[in-house]
Amino acid sequence: MKRLTGLQKQVLALYRGFLRTSRTKTPEERNKIESIVSQQFRRNAIEVDRKNFIYIEYLLRRGAKQLQQLKTVDTVSMFTTTPSPPSPPPT
Amino acid sequence: MATNLVRRTILSSSLLSRVSTTTTTTTPSTWKLLSIRAFASEAEAQQIEPKAKDSSKMKTFSIYRWNPDNPSKPQLEDFQIDLKDCGPMVLDALLKIKNEIDPTLTFRRSCREGICGSCAMNIDGCNGLACLTKIESTTPTSTVTPLPHMFVIKDLVVDMTNFYNQYKSIEPWLKRKTPAETPAKEILQSKKDRAKLDGMYECILCACCSTSCPSYWWNPESYLGPAALLHAHRWISDSRDEYTTERLDAINDEFKLYRCHTILNCARACPKGLNPGKQISAIKHKNEFGAR
Repeated sequence: MKRLTGLQKQVLALYRGFLRTSRTKTPEERNKIESIVSQQFRRNAIEVDRKNFIYIEYLLRRGAKQLQQLKTVDTVSMFTTTPSPPSPPPT
Repeated sequence: MATNLVRRTILSSSLLSRVSTTTTTTTPSTWKLLSIRAFASEAEAQQIEPKAKDSSKMKTFSIYRWNPDNPSKPQLEDFQIDLKDCGPMVLDALLKIKNEIDPTLTFRRSCREGICGSCAMNIDGCNGLACLTKIESTTPTSTVTPLPHMFVIKDLVVDMTNFYNQYKSIEPWLKRKTPAETPAKEILQSKKDRAKLDGMYECILCACCSTSCPSYWWNPESYLGPAALLHAHRWISDSRDEYTTERLDAINDEFKLYRCHTILNCARACPKGLNPGKQISAIKHKNEFGAR
């Protein structure tokens, strides 16, 4: 397997962070969070140009902030808005 | 404003002169006085009026633009503003652009009088509050960019998370070991002790100082930065706070405190005229010589 770049590692770490955090929530919510998160990551993996570092770093920072919010005990669920969901705002 | 006043005086004096010419009951001396006034203001008007006419002055504002929803390279966008029908401050120009030219221009602003610290940005290469920075009318262009070395969220809005976390890390609240003498009452302080806080309590956390500090640029995570250290010293010098030693120990660190190399860009940048560099050296002094 090809060696991953630092940025790719960061993205994977963020994804893993979301999945781990979703385990602390109730089973139904966990499924919901996982589907929203994987949908977001897979969509951005296709849509975002892999050389657009400024944007990828921006998304990483935003994701880290959202993960921080999801980690707090008060956060029980996650929602996303359609049709153009730029971010899954954790509530 | 000034031209308005002048116009009003012209109006009133011309009215007066008309009145004085039509009424025959006025004594010659008062008539003379009034007419002199009228002439004086007319002469004034001749000086002022043409000035007001050709003061229509165009100025270009180059403003940093980056939109995360349409990710491309950040760029400077030029906006032409007529300084004649625009307020005197950079914030007025930004609001005018947002209202009349491009409503998508994004920036933080609130109080427009330099007390909230929201509109901190880099104007012509100097950090400052847009609401307290006058538009430079002598130069044809001005450049407005976000605070340097901060992550941009959109246009002129930067991510202040790290800055606020650092402020939080110095525990900016009153900490006591002994209970207050009279419960549910304020802890009193002498005027002399209160005076020690002057030059520190005024800080509004606009981040102009921290983002102008080269040392903070290179170590934004580990070095606390001038703003947080100024607030640290604010609580260290507070006579009512009983955790002075602990506070000093908490920031006595090669990175947290001693990354300050007294570059003093902070004192230059501060829109409130404070000197964080001086407060940082006071902390260092207290650490070295134990003036605790």
